[in-house]
Amino acid sequence: MHIRLKIWRQENSQDTGKMQDYELADVNPDMSFLEMLDMLNEQLLEQGQRAIEFDHDCREGICGQCGVMINGRAHGPLKNTTTCQLHMRSFREGETIYIEPFRATAFPVKCDLKIDRTAFDRVIQAGGYISVNTGQAPEANSIPIGHPVAEAAFDAAACIGCGACVAVCKNSSAALFTSAKITHLVLLPQGAVEAQQRVRHMVDQMDAEGFGHCSNTEACEAECPQQISVLHIARMNWEYNKAQLLKK
Amino acid sequence: MLDAKIPEGPLEDKWRHYKEHAKLVNPANRKKLEVIVVGTGLAGSSIAASLGEMGYRVKAFCFQDTPRRAHSVAAQGGVNACKNYKNDGDNVFRMFYDTIKGGDFRAREANVYRLAECSASLIDQAVAQGVPFGREYGGYLNNRSFGGVQVSRTFYARGQTGQQLLLGAYQALMRQVHLGSVQLFARHEMLDLVTIDGKAKGIIVRNLDTGEIERHGAHAVILATGGFGKIYYLSTLAMGCNGSAIWRAHKKGALIANPSWTQIHPTSLPQSGEYQSKLTLMSESLRNDGRIWVPKKEKEDRLPNQVPEEDRDYYLERRYPAFGNLSPRDIASRAAKERIDAGYGVGPLKNAVYLDFSKAIKDQGVDKIREKYDNLFRMYEKITGVDAYKEPMKISPAAHFSMGGLWVDYELMTTIPGFFALGEANFADHGANRLGANSLLQACVDGYFIAPYTLANYLADEIRTPATDIHHPAFDAAAKQVEDQLHLLKGIGGKLSADYFHKTLGKILYDKCGLSRAAEGLEQAIREIKALRQQFYADLFIPGGLAINSELEKAGRVADYLELGELMCHDALTREESCGAHFRVEYQTPEGEAMRNDKDFAFISAWGWTGENQSPVWNKEPLTFEFVTPTVRSYK
Repeated sequence: MHIRLKIWRQENSQDTGKMQDYELADVNPDMSFLEMLDMLNEQLLEQGQRAIEFDHDCREGICGQCGVMINGRAHGPLKNTTTCQLHMRSFREGETIYIEPFRATAFPVKCDLKIDRTAFDRVIQAGGYISVNTGQAPEANSIPIGHPVAEAAFDAAACIGCGACVAVCKNSSAALFTSAKITHLVLLPQGAVEAQQRVRHMVDQMDAEGFGHCSNTEACEAECPQQISVLHIARMNWEYNKAQLLKK
Repeated sequence: MLDAKIPEGPLEDKWRHYKEHAKLVNPANRKKLEVIVVGTGLAGSSIAASLGEMGYRVKAFCFQDTPRRAHSVAAQGGVNACKNYKNDGDNVFRMFYDTIKGGDFRAREANVYRLAECSASLIDQAVAQGVPFGREYGGYLNNRSFGGVQVSRTFYARGQTGQQLLLGAYQALMRQVHLGSVQLFARHEMLDLVTIDGKAKGIIVRNLDTGEIERHGAHAVILATGGFGKIYYLSTLAMGCNGSAIWRAHKKGALIANPSWTQIHPTSLPQSGEYQSKLTLMSESLRNDGRIWVPKKEKEDRLPNQVPEEDRDYYLERRYPAFGNLSPRDIASRAAKERIDAGYGVGPLKNAVYLDFSKAIKDQGVDKIREKYDNLFRMYEKITGVDAYKEPMKISPAAHFSMGGLWVDYELMTTIPGFFALGEANFADHGANRLGANSLLQACVDGYFIAPYTLANYLADEIRTPATDIHHPAFDAAAKQVEDQLHLLKGIGGKLSADYFHKTLGKILYDKCGLSRAAEGLEQAIREIKALRQQFYADLFIPGGLAINSELEKAGRVADYLELGELMCHDALTREESCGAHFRVEYQTPEGEAMRNDKDFAFISAWGWTGENQSPVWNKEPLTFEFVTPTVRSYK
C-alpha cells in the first residue's frame, strides 16, 4: 500500500506544534497501525530526523497506553479497538491519514503524540479503591457474590484507562472512566461500605483536574475499546446525588 | 559458597518458623526507614502498597506513564491457588509437587513450598480488594484447570486476570500515594544501583520526560522489574519490558541465575512478516477447550475445516495421552516446533499449528465458549481478521517468561545486602519451566506475603542508620557513569537504529538459544553477539535530544541486552543436560524427550560479572531434594 500521513509534531509542552506531511510506500496491509509508525520512524532515522514520539507498550490492547486520534476518531475507524490492534487493512490504498494526539485540558501534550494522563491516577487516588490492608482479608468464599453481579462488576472493571472517552467527548469529560470504577466497586459488597465518600471524592477530583461535565452525547461508549457502558454514568450520578443528600 | 538461608525443619514448618523468629521493626521506627521499589507491576505495586500500609516511607518507580500499565496487566488466563474449592484432591503439598515437577526439579523445595502455602491468602486478599473473579451461580468462586496439573486450582477473571489483579494492587498503591506513605515516580527509568560499603543504598534514575538524571537514596532497594524475554525482540512482552535494571545491578555485584531458561509459550499468534514488532499471546486457558492439531499430510492445501478427522494429527493427545492438550508449556512448545520443523506447519509461512474449538462448541454450545473466552476470540479476530468460532485459530510458540533472573536467597535478597528482587525479576520458584498461572501468583505472593517479613528482618538492623546521603561519592560516581553512557550512545553517530540491533540479536537467540540449543550453535551465537556488540558501538544512530526520546531509551536497553544475551548463551552452553525449557539437542531420549542429568547438574548456575569481554564467574548452588525424589518428568 502507498499512504500519505499528516501527523502532529510538537517539540515539547510549550511548543505550539503543527501538522506535518509524510509519505510511506510499501505498507503491508497486515501491519498494525503502530508498526506502520515504526516503519515511518525507521525511515525518518535514515534521514537523520527525530522519531515521532507516540505512546504504546503492550501492543495487545490491554495496557491502555496507546491512543491517538486517527482521521478525527479516537483509536481510528474500528469499533471497540485500541490503536495498537488496528491494522492497515482498515485503510484504503492512497489514503491520507490524519494522526493527532488525544486532546483535553486535563491531558496536556508532552511531545508529538505523547500526552500526560496522570489526571486519571489522581482520580483513582481520590477514592477508586477498597480500603483493605494486606493481611486483613477474610476467607474469599465467605462473601458469596451472585454470578450476574460479579459479571456486571467485571464489565465496569474492564476499563483500560486509555482516555479515548475523554478525547472523543466535546466537553472532555472523564465521566465514563470515573463512573466505571465507581460502578465496579459499588456493585460488590466489599466496596459498598465506602460508596458515599468514594463517589464524592472521585467526582470532586474529576472536576478539579479540569475534565468537563457529561452532557449525555454517548460518544464515549461508541469509541470505548472495552465497550464500557454509559449506564455507569447514570449510576454514578445516582450514587453522587444519594451521597450528597445523605451527607452528614 | 552461596547460602540460600533455608530455615531448618520439616518443609511445612519452614516458613512458619521463619516468621516466628524473623526480626521486626516497630511502627515508630518504620517511618524513619526509606525503601525504594523499582517496577509497579504485581510484585512492585503489591510490595510498595504493603510497605506503605505498614508505615515505611516508600518511593515507587516505573517507566510507564502510570503503574497500571505494567505488563502484569497482560496476563490472561489465571492465578493458581490451592483452595481445593472443587474438592478434587488439591492441597499445599500437591501444588508444591506439581510446581517443582513442572520446573523439572530445578527449583528449591523450600521456596516452592512457600509459594503454594501462601497461595490461598492471595485469593482472599484479591477478593477483598474487589477483584471480580469468575463465579458460579451460587455466588462462590469458580476454577479452571491449567497446563501441567490434574486439579482445578486456577482462579480467573475472564481472560483478563492479570489486568484485574494488577488493578487491585494498583488501587492499593494509589491509596497509599493518596495517604502520603508512597511517593510515585512514573516515567522514571532506573539506570544504576548505588552501593555504599557493600550495601544497596539507592538508585540513579532518568526522568524520561525531562531527561534529568536523579539520585534517590534509601535503606533498602527492591527490584520488581519483571522478565527480559523481550531480548528475543519478537515476544509476548510489552515493547518497553527490559532487562536493564537487573543487568545494571548485576554489574554492581548481584548474581544472575539461570539466565538462559526462557519459557517459550506454545499459544501465541504466529509471525506474519518482517515488520512485526510483537507476538500476541492467546491464553493457555484456551487449551482447556481447544484441541491442537496439524494435518497428517505434509503441505496440506485444504482449508482447516475441510480436513476430515482422520487426516488430522492431534499430536499432543497422541504423544501425551495423560495430559493431552494440557501438557506443560515447554513440552507443548517443543512438540509444536517438532511438527513445524518436520514440514507439517500451517498458515502462509507454514509456521503455525491449529487450535480448534469446534468440538467444544458442539459439546458445550457457543454461548458457554463465548462466556469463557470471548475477549480472546475478539482479540484474535482484530489481529488476524479470522472468526475463531467458525475456523480454528493458528498458533505458534513465542518467547514469554524468564525463569532465570537475579539470584536471591530464601529472603528474596540478592547477593548485595539490602537489595531484594521480587516476581519475575528473580529466579526463585519456577525451576526450568514455569507452570501456567504461577507467574501472577509468584509476583503477588512475593509482594504481599513474603517480602514484608523478610525486608523487616533486614531493616531491623538498619534502624540506627541515618537517611542515605545522595551526595556520597558513590552516588557521584554512579550518576557520572550513567551520564557518560548516555553521551557515549548519543555520540556514536552511525547509521543504524537500536531496533535493527535488537531484531538481529533476537534472531540469533531464537535460532541458537531458543526452543532447542546445541553446543556448536551456542558457541557461534556468542561470537555473533560479540561482533554485533562491536557493530552497535560503531554504527548506532540516535536522533533527537536528551529529553523525551524513545530512541535513546531503546538504545540503552539494547546495549544491556547485547551483554545479557551473551551470558544467556554461556549459561546454556555450560549446562550439559536438558531440563524444562532448556533443551540441548545432544541430551535427549530416542523418543525426543528431554534428558535431565541429576548427577552432574542438580544445581543453580549463578553468574558473577567480571568486566567487559571477560568470562563471568560461575557459582553453583546445589539443589538438594529432601522431601521429594526427582523423577523423570512424564506427562504420558
